[in-house]
Amino acid sequence: MVRSTRRKFLSGGVAAAGAALLPAPVLAQATARIVVLGGGFAGAACARALRRVDPRFQVTLVEPNPIFTACPFSNAVIAGLRSIEAQRFGYDAIRKEGITVALEQATAVDTQARRVTLGGGKALDYDRLVLAPGIAIRWNALPGYDEAAAAVMPHAWLAGDQTLLLRRQLEAMPDGGTVVISAPANPFRCPPGPYERASLIAYYLKKTKPRSKLIVLDAKDSFSKQRLFEAAWRQLYPELIEWVSLSNGGRVVSVDVKTRTLVTDFDSYKADVANVIPPQRAAEIAQLADVADGTGWCPIDPVTFESRLQPNIHIIGDAAIAGAMPKSAFAANAQAKVCADAVAALLRGDAPSPPKLINTCYSLVAPDYGISIAGVYHPAGGQLADVEGAGGVSPIDAPADFRALEAAYAEAWFRTITAQTFG
Amino acid sequence: MLPLVLQIATAGVAAEPPPGASSCSGCHPPSASAETKVPPLRGRDPAEIVSAMQAFRSGERSSTVMGRIAKGFSDDESKAIAAWLSVQP
Repeated sequence: MVRSTRRKFLSGGVAAAGAALLPAPVLAQATARIVVLGGGFAGAACARALRRVDPRFQVTLVEPNPIFTACPFSNAVIAGLRSIEAQRFGYDAIRKEGITVALEQATAVDTQARRVTLGGGKALDYDRLVLAPGIAIRWNALPGYDEAAAAVMPHAWLAGDQTLLLRRQLEAMPDGGTVVISAPANPFRCPPGPYERASLIAYYLKKTKPRSKLIVLDAKDSFSKQRLFEAAWRQLYPELIEWVSLSNGGRVVSVDVKTRTLVTDFDSYKADVANVIPPQRAAEIAQLADVADGTGWCPIDPVTFESRLQPNIHIIGDAAIAGAMPKSAFAANAQAKVCADAVAALLRGDAPSPPKLINTCYSLVAPDYGISIAGVYHPAGGQLADVEGAGGVSPIDAPADFRALEAAYAEAWFRTITAQTFG
Repeated sequence: MLPLVLQIATAGVAAEPPPGASSCSGCHPPSASAETKVPPLRGRDPAEIVSAMQAFRSGERSSTVMGRIAKGFSDDESKAIAAWLSVQP
């Protein structure tokens, strides 16, 4: 990697004069071009962190949407507890830090020439490429569930119009209706997300449409923070939420849009509002750059986040296979900062030191009832592994003020992390 | 020549955080904020942070999530993190 950087700089005119005297990595660091694809909690944070590590880095952030709509707390929008505007963030502050923001779609990555092609035809050469593209829906992986179906049975797993569509459907549903959520098998974005969503929709239904019912059809037998969610459901929403596990026939095998029906191995469920959270994979550009493996996700080195499949490309956030780290905004943001330090070290010609990373994910079961899961991770056995003895979930027997405090911390977390990433 | 090279190499370059340190800012704001009760860590006395981490780890100090996080860090790791945080602008 260092060798190829040196070659490139020796071929450059101005750089060549100094290259005879200065070690190549020093030059490389001073003028390095780093392209970051994806302007979410991973990409935007990484672009910023790179400039903070070394203000001389030429950093370009490529993101087609001028406004980012955050997924964390979008379940509160669905439940009518929050406005979608509170989820939206722009890139002005990032531009002010000297980062070039290209509001375009990346359409190709030439890993040999180290060049990214943008939709408008422009090309960006890079010394290091950071991919933070997030997820894509695997259309038709669940038979019957394609893009047209999502306009009727929203996934709402990419925040924005889909979030508002699900909200409108819930508002329009008569009292006594049935809401069905289909939760996918692992891995997927935001492991506790389907259950937080079920909780907050139940909160809305209990308040405004108390004769309604919510069924979660699950392709799994267990889920994140399960004991905490189930205890809270018994306490707050008895008789309202029903969770059907894989073993009990919960796996949805097809959907029928015309009748808004979800079909499982043993049964079929006709919904008034159907929220299908479908199987996912790393977003398209990961396939185009050849950094995704047969699983659809991107294997990485746990120290540098560099691709196992292509040199000079780093993958962070939901698209990466990050071992024990969940696909969460907190994890994406933590990875972004570690990756920025690793990229800087590699450009200096140093060996990046093994990192430690933290994740904390809050879920709201009700506006004043928060629960959390935390973890500490380190590279072990070629993966990011849990640091043993650390992490875990909120206590099962905590009093109400503890839950209220965690709900307040959840909101504080969102303000802090969005300010750090976009503000 | 060498000192000049080193100077160029390090001009404006932030010191690399020790393992774990860069994750703290996921929850802890850069400065005190009316919007969050979570305290800022930058510029704090390192001894204060090290003893807080010890107390969280042992359970002597109650917390919602910090006890679970502190258990993932040794005393030496906490010291390195605290020292780094104390010099962040």
